[in-house]
Parts: sequence; structure tokens; C-alpha cells
Amino acid sequence: MPVNRTHAEPDIVVVGGGLMGASLAWGLARHGSRVCVLDEGDIALRASRANFALIWVQGKGLGFPAYTAWTKAAAAAWPRLAAELKSDTGIDVGLDQPGGFTVCLSDRELEANVDALVRLHRQPGAVAHPYEVLDHAQTKARLPAIGPEVSGSIYCPLDGHVNSLRLFRALHAAFEAHGVDYRADHAVETIEPHDGVFALKGAWGQVRAPKVILAAGLGNARLAPMVGLDAPMKSSRGQIVVTEKAAPFLRYPVVTVRQTDEGGVMIGDSEEANGANLTMDHAISSVMAERAIRMFPLLEELNVVRTWSAFRVMTLDGSPVYEQSRAYPGAFMAMAHSGVTLAPQHAYDLVDAVRAGTMPDEMAAFSTRRFHVPACA
Amino acid sequence: MFRRAPDRIRAQVTFTFDGIPITASAEDSVAAALLAAGVRACRTTPVSGSARGPYCMMGVCFECLVRIDGVGNRQGCLVQVRDGMKVETQKGAHALSAEPAL
Repeated sequence: MPVNRTHAEPDIVVVGGGLMGASLAWGLARHGSRVCVLDEGDIALRASRANFALIWVQGKGLGFPAYTAWTKAAAAAWPRLAAELKSDTGIDVGLDQPGGFTVCLSDRELEANVDALVRLHRQPGAVAHPYEVLDHAQTKARLPAIGPEVSGSIYCPLDGHVNSLRLFRALHAAFEAHGVDYRADHAVETIEPHDGVFALKGAWGQVRAPKVILAAGLGNARLAPMVGLDAPMKSSRGQIVVTEKAAPFLRYPVVTVRQTDEGGVMIGDSEEANGANLTMDHAISSVMAERAIRMFPLLEELNVVRTWSAFRVMTLDGSPVYEQSRAYPGAFMAMAHSGVTLAPQHAYDLVDAVRAGTMPDEMAAFSTRRFHVPACA
Repeated sequence: MFRRAPDRIRAQVTFTFDGIPITASAEDSVAAALLAAGVRACRTTPVSGSARGPYCMMGVCFECLVRIDGVGNRQGCLVQVRDGMKVETQKGAHALSAEPAL
């Protein structure tokens, strides 16, 4: 008989029901924790419903070698996550990891990308990820649809993609299977730590728990100081263009172009330092579409059916932040731009750390202390 | 199912739908001509394969996709019918013309 946990005091409150919060809540509930998720409504600035859905290892970790290892581990754990979500919910998240390409439209662009990978692998303590540099003919052998302007590409066999909307749906559907108390339209206004218990309050009332995880994306900047943490974010807006569905023509995801399992083609990867509004900038989407057509000329035949823009959850250096409050142990924060790629790390490893109440060494590198090196030196 | 308003019956053209000749008003869109001729489904979806027909008639819903003169993914409601036009059911996803073998 299902247990009605709505009125019981939870063991832990997760603030935020996006991919980060949902991965954490699902992972915690699988261990039997009583989990309450406080989420905003459908108009929340939710990167989880706007992202490009790549599981991407290639190039991650320049300036931060630990991030390469973390991302590789995530890609390796993805089949487990997809299988467990399928078993919990019957939902197939469309996991596909055939490797992925960065397609370059000039020799200079290819050299710049190769140079970045060489620098990544030369860092002290660097963790290697496999990659191949391919010329035009070698690229065409694997991506027959490329156009004559493609100079070459970089292929990494660890890369892949999923259907991220179904991933989001599967995590939320799995809440039911594990008795997660999910509350939409419950924006958190204040968090008051008192005697080892956190009281989270909003217009809807309050919830109390001995543990709390801030997984509120951009909202973490406002909430973190309430539990003695600091979550500096930078503004990063991205736009995505989606075409009508077409028969499969692109076997592999490309970092800026991918064909979904349902046939639509997504074109993405713009980045602006724009935190002001979400109005589409058509000059930017035109450049994205033009570059995509130069890579794959047959895209010219397709109509665009949707475009959107969204804010990334972007930390100061672009890498994830995981941290427990020193002033108020039991309060954690987690934020990452790569909520899709890292979902298994959040559902498994980060959940283990939160349950244990300590961050293991492999995760300690991701604390905000890395932003304060000059102050420590 | 649909009847033409009397003031809309003007010059006539003939086109084919899956090889069957259909007479339409020269001012019709392809989608309107198909509905007036009693055609209810003109495509199948790429995901489930279920049959679909013209719905919004204003370029938004993409339910009226057909192949016109050999070109797939045409929105029937946005194309005016022409004499001799060859319209076909679009089955599943549109195959891009330069589609390479996977």
C-alpha cells in the first residue's frame, strides 16, 4: 500500500525540480529517504526544458582536469541510469552513445579545436579522453551528409545524446514509484537554519527538514547565502533552432547539430553574456542556421518549426559546483551547466555524498574554494 | 464533410492525389482542395505512424504535410493548387533528397 508522505516531515528537502534536483531526489528516494521537492511553476527559467541534450565528454576539463574524469565517469554510468529509469517507469529516454563530432568549417577552426584538446591533455594531472582528428575525406566516410566546406572534424567515441524531455519526464514519473513528495508552485522565499533543522518558507507555508540541497539553478545565487554558502553565477544565454522531422540522415551527434530520435534536427550552441531577457535574437539564430547548412547542405530543405532561448546554469568557470555548508552542515548546494551529461553522477555519486554527509576527495575539487585562490595564496 | 460556399466556386483546375484526379477551385490551397474532395488523411506521422489530415489551415500545425511534385514536407495549406499538380501522401518522415546511406 502506498505510503502518504505528504504530511510527514521529510528527511531531506530538494529545492528545485529541474534535471539537477530531479536526479538528486530520485537518487535519494531509491535509498528509502523521505524526499520533498519544492519546485517553481511552469514559467520557471528551466534549462532542463531548453537544453541541447548532449552527453558530452569531448573538450571538458580545460583548466580543470578533475572535470574530465567526472564527465568520463558520467558517460560510462549513463547506460545504468537509462536502464534503471526504464525499469522504474517504462520510459525509454532514447540513450545513444555512438561517439560525437566537432565539425569545423575552416582549417583555422580545426587547428584551434585541436590546440584546445592538446592543451587539455598537457595539463598537470590531466585525465585523458580519447579523440581522433579527421580530415574532410575521413569525416565524410562517417558523416556522408557533410558539405564541401567542411575542413575536418574531431571525433570522441565517448560522446552521445538522449531525448532530454523524456529524461525529465522519466525522473518525475519515477518520483511516484519512490514516494517523492513533489510540490510544484512552491517557490522558496527564505531558508532559516536553526538547531540543525532547516525551515523552508514561501507564500505556500513551510517545510522543515534536517537536510536541504539547493538545486535551484540560477536561483541558488539568492538562496545559498541563507545557509552560509556563496553561489556566484555568470550570465549565459543560448538559443536553439529546431526543424521539422526528417528521415534519419545523421548517425552521430555533432556539438552544434543533432538529429533527435524522433527525426527533428536541433541546431544550437550559441552563447551570449545576456542576462536581461529571453527574446530571440534572430541575427544569432541566422548564423547558427547558416553554419549548420554549410556543414550539412541538405538541411536547407527543412522548415524551422521552433526556436527558443534559455539561460544556462553557468558557474564562474563553467564547471560544476558541489559543496556542503561549513556554517550549517546538512545544507548542500549543487549546480552544473551539464545537467544531462552529469545526471548519473548526480543521481548516484552526489547522492552518496549527501547521504554520508561528507564530500569525498573526488568531489571536493568542485567546491567554490577554487574561486578564491588569490585570497588563499 | 465540407461543402464549398457558392461564391467560392470559380475557375476549376485538376490535380492528382496519389494518382487519383481531383477537381478543385483554382483559388484553393492544396489542403482545402483535399478536404473539399473528402480526403481526410494526407500523411502518417514519423513517430507512431498514425494517419493525419489538415487541421489548422494556417501554417501552424503541420498536419497537412504532403509531397508535391516530388518534394516532401510541403504544407498543403500554404500552397495554392495548380492544374496538373501531382500531390502524394507523405508517409512518415520526409527523406531528404540527398540522403546518403547510413
